[in-house]
Amino acid sequence: MRKNSSIAIICAIVVALAFLAYFTYQPIKNNLNLGLDLQGGLHVELQAQEKPGEKISADTIQKSIGVLSKRVDALGVSEPIIYPKGNDRIVIELAGVKDPEEAVNIIKNTAQLEFMDEAGKVLVSGKNLKDAQAQVSPGGEGAVVSLEFDKEGAKLFAAATSANVGKPIAIVLDGKIISAPKVDGPIPNGQAQIEGNFTAKEAQDLAVLLRSGALPVSFGIMEKRTVGATLGSDSLAKSVKASLVGLLAILIFILGYYRLPGLVADISMVLYTVLVLGTMAVLGAVLTLPGIAGFILSIGIAVDANIIIYEHIKEELRLNKTMKAAIESGFARAFWTIFDANLTTLIAALVLIWFGTGPIKGFAVTLSIGIIASLLVALTFTRYMLVLFADLSKNNKLYGV
Amino acid sequence: MHFIKNRKWFYIFSTVIIVTGLISMLIQGFNRGIDFTGGSALRYKIDAAVSAPEVRNTVNDLKVTKEVSVQKSGAEFFIRTNELNQKETAQVTEALKAQYKTAQLLSAESVGPTIGSELTKNAILAISIALGLMLIYISFRFEWTFGLAAVLALFHDILIVLSIFSIFQWEINGAFIAAILTIVGYSINDTIVIFDRVRENLRMKKKEQLDILLDKSIMQTMNRSVNTVVTVLLPLITLLIFGGSTLKGFVMTLLVGFIFGMYSSICIASPLYYEIKQRAS
Repeated sequence: MRKNSSIAIICAIVVALAFLAYFTYQPIKNNLNLGLDLQGGLHVELQAQEKPGEKISADTIQKSIGVLSKRVDALGVSEPIIYPKGNDRIVIELAGVKDPEEAVNIIKNTAQLEFMDEAGKVLVSGKNLKDAQAQVSPGGEGAVVSLEFDKEGAKLFAAATSANVGKPIAIVLDGKIISAPKVDGPIPNGQAQIEGNFTAKEAQDLAVLLRSGALPVSFGIMEKRTVGATLGSDSLAKSVKASLVGLLAILIFILGYYRLPGLVADISMVLYTVLVLGTMAVLGAVLTLPGIAGFILSIGIAVDANIIIYEHIKEELRLNKTMKAAIESGFARAFWTIFDANLTTLIAALVLIWFGTGPIKGFAVTLSIGIIASLLVALTFTRYMLVLFADLSKNNKLYGV
Repeated sequence: MHFIKNRKWFYIFSTVIIVTGLISMLIQGFNRGIDFTGGSALRYKIDAAVSAPEVRNTVNDLKVTKEVSVQKSGAEFFIRTNELNQKETAQVTEALKAQYKTAQLLSAESVGPTIGSELTKNAILAISIALGLMLIYISFRFEWTFGLAAVLALFHDILIVLSIFSIFQWEINGAFIAAILTIVGYSINDTIVIFDRVRENLRMKKKEQLDILLDKSIMQTMNRSVNTVVTVLLPLITLLIFGGSTLKGFVMTLLVGFIFGMYSSICIASPLYYEIKQRAS
């Protein structure tokens, strides 16, 4: 009787797990954030360059982050990460940018726009811009950027143009003259145009820069890493394949060595995998290339918890205890071993989360989630399954004794 | 097996590696990647019969780079130079595309000179914090003698991995530091499982000599030790074979570290505990 009901429960669990894996596969896959090393992207660390006599304040950095966020939004990245580091640095991580090298160009430009007269006096600056748009050049060739000033800017620009009729006004971007058109007459409506032999793309980029405003301070690149989309998808395909082969090898090894409990461990691994990847998707954690390595390494930890339990149960069986009693006392003894061993490993993983950036942080996060999940699965699910299987057979050989 | 009685041999084995390593560190140092030295690393794919020296000449002809080195792996070329800015990187790409039509920039990294010293500083800090917390945890859950022995064994693991990387001049980069921390995490895991068994055996009524008890504990956990190392090495080996070139350095470091971590948990940590315990009592 008891045997039959155990078989029924085991079958129900296996079927339920299969359904769980089947129905969570797609949602998990869609919700997992891939790191920039798996879908291409960039990581830049910028350092504000102090001008003599001007200290970099927290406010300057906050303003810069605001400007950079606007620029990054224009790039159409789904989940940009921008955060300050230390007192004078900003880190930007963008995954899934088509042309990461190009994106760096847009990010790091200071985009200080100035209109100057012949004497080099600033008449109006980008601060007074209301809008900037790329347009097809009226001449047909190339593109121009048309500007619209705000109220104050329009006033300044009107004054500037009427004071300089017949003379050129230089349009200067980050200290470089883009063009210097001659003023035909006063322009009172606050409209202007930059003609600089732009291609359509260049005009687009410049319009984005001008719309999002100038950075309050210029930045230098401390560190920059870009990964092309080709390499990203290639790394993803290769590492997924390697993981599957590795996973299969572990499952076969455990089954071969531990027989029936090995089967229990293998079934537990399905739950474990869903749990870890599901947690990552729910938390919005980023799966990186080293993270994939971290994931299969954490499977090693999960299997290890099972191994420790089985070795204890085997010992108890050798003392001629009944199967049930052996499982009970085996678990009791294994619990603190597993707890202490995993907690010390978790210490290393947590320190690594604090220490690492980008892909490495992804690795540490995956490893930490894996360690906690393996504890949970081993101490609840595996234990319950072992007791169920114990009802099926009293044959110690199936336990590798 | 008499691990404690034969401990001298393990000490000699480890000392030989570490002393050779220290000499190597003094003479040739480490093969430090751009994460430590600063500079640029560009990676291209070129589907044509091109050799590394040819690519090197193409890049050199541009005269925007200094200290160019090129490594070839399949159709991929790794170019390492001094730090390049955006424009210079673009120039290199243009030049390669002009010379070899199929050239494609796969990835580009540039690291400024100050990042390297910060990395070293943070790495030492991170590893010290990890070791410190472990020492506290083990002393709290076991006894300080166990904690000290375990942390000394971890220190041994770190020295061995550093030695091997210096002796063979394998490149170390930011990921190497992460690998070291992971190795520490796994090695301590093995050590704890053995020490846990020692603790259990110590609680038994029967009084045994410490060296016999330690040997017994190691043997009782040997099955688990071997099986666990297999389950960790299996996926690492498949990653090394199928995982592509990006992860290779990281995986190699883990592979070397895990093997020595396992060795030290069995052959170094328990003997060290024995020494400490003998002296303490």
